[in-house]
Amino acid sequence: MEPVLQIKHLSIDFTRYERGTKRRRLTVIRDLSLEIYPGQVVAVAGASGSGKSLLAHSILDILPHNSHVEGEILYDGTLLTPERIERLRGSEIVLVPQGVSYLDPLMKVGTQLRKGKKDPGTKERYRIALNRYGLGEETEELYPFELSGGMARRVMIASASAESPRLIIADEPTPGLDAGTAGRILGHFRELADEGAGILFITHDLELASEVADRVVVFYAGETIEEARAEDFADVACLRHPYTKALWYAMPKHGFKPVQGSQPYPGQLRSGCHFAGQCETCREECLERETIPLRPYDGGRVRCLYPKEEGQV
Amino acid sequence: MMLEAKGLTFSYRRGSTPVLRDISLSISSGERVGLKAPSGRGKTTLCRLLAGYDKPQKGRVLLDSRPLREYRGACPVQMIWQHPEMVVDPLLRLGETLREAGEIDKRMLDELHIEDGWLERYPAELSGGELQRFCLARALRPSTKYLLCDEISAMLDLVTQAQIWHFLLEEAERRGMGLLVVSHDDALLKRVCTRIEELPFTTL
Repeated sequence: MEPVLQIKHLSIDFTRYERGTKRRRLTVIRDLSLEIYPGQVVAVAGASGSGKSLLAHSILDILPHNSHVEGEILYDGTLLTPERIERLRGSEIVLVPQGVSYLDPLMKVGTQLRKGKKDPGTKERYRIALNRYGLGEETEELYPFELSGGMARRVMIASASAESPRLIIADEPTPGLDAGTAGRILGHFRELADEGAGILFITHDLELASEVADRVVVFYAGETIEEARAEDFADVACLRHPYTKALWYAMPKHGFKPVQGSQPYPGQLRSGCHFAGQCETCREECLERETIPLRPYDGGRVRCLYPKEEGQV
Repeated sequence: MMLEAKGLTFSYRRGSTPVLRDISLSISSGERVGLKAPSGRGKTTLCRLLAGYDKPQKGRVLLDSRPLREYRGACPVQMIWQHPEMVVDPLLRLGETLREAGEIDKRMLDELHIEDGWLERYPAELSGGELQRFCLARALRPSTKYLLCDEISAMLDLVTQAQIWHFLLEEAERRGMGLLVVSHDDALLKRVCTRIEELPFTTL
């Protein structure tokens, strides 16, 4: 079977000016590959600022003008060119954006959802979509500023799922929603996937991710550091990379323990393992190697020389 | 110190059903109160009223028995918002926004891992998680006595969440600050709060 979405060796750079006309290139995503097959929910988790949203935006071709993308993005086996994505986005490929600022503040919810269409069929479709997420007809008459954070989220999700999409890119769709609502929404994503859609689910909520996803991809400093099966998150011993383990231990119910330090800023990356600054099992070899390869390991993939070592606690 | 809400009623449009009806709540210094309710029940609205952004149609907000609006200078009750990208001026460099009401303690920037370079950048150039740390630094002024945290960590990765909460708890302890914590994450509320309330409060 052909993947719905196939990303091959994607790299994203930003060109920035500093001190007058001195230009500088910042690499924010390096050599990223990812596949989503029909019927699959792939969760992307990882550090804040590791490039998760940029990945979403690069698929939809809505990155800022000073960005430069290398690598290939294939949709349904064919290259996703700017002309093609422009035709497909909003119908076959949809985005649930992260920020509620993506709603037009000057347009009523109903009007902006329907994108100008007024026929009864479209109206009915969006009424059903809103209703599915617990929003009544009265919501259509509200302006975005009158919505609560959770309601705005649900409006954006309704907007994305009312068309029958083949690829949904959901960029943190659940913050601000209570567990019941979040579960319902992801249950619906699961249904869409079971009908043959592919879903890229960007999230910080590992618990939700492991419930709904088939695979979980973990990002750190613009790279994939681990690909795990969803069920691996049930037991920390099944996780491969020390950062993934650190995420697990930081969950409020698993100890709420933070590791010290923070992810290196794109301009300050050194050679060797990028997680070295926060890793408690870091060895000299981890710093000396030019790059650490992403390699198959124990049914998943990992970018670490000594995976599964304890010492994170 | 004591932050009190007395019989707050608020609706966004005149004549429409109030989002909050006769809500009372008090938080003393050093207390960390968790607030939970389904989406759309007025959690953020209650925070806005407590921080003085909106005026309730009925009821009063008192800090040490004095109306909040009588305090001059930066408000002693500060709010941190659910959507950091909506509460910073998109046309100002972040350094300027940060110094809006005076200099910020350098220690705060270090503790929150805010890079010096960020201060020269515009909000659109930072990720949601980076912006939120920046909003925390802005709210934690020396004069801040109460912090209202409206779902402040859901957009951060778990390690950063844990780091920020450890930092906030320590800071609250050190200053004897009171916190109101809005979250949908029960496990988080249990970890950080001294008591948990659910909206609508059962009126006596």
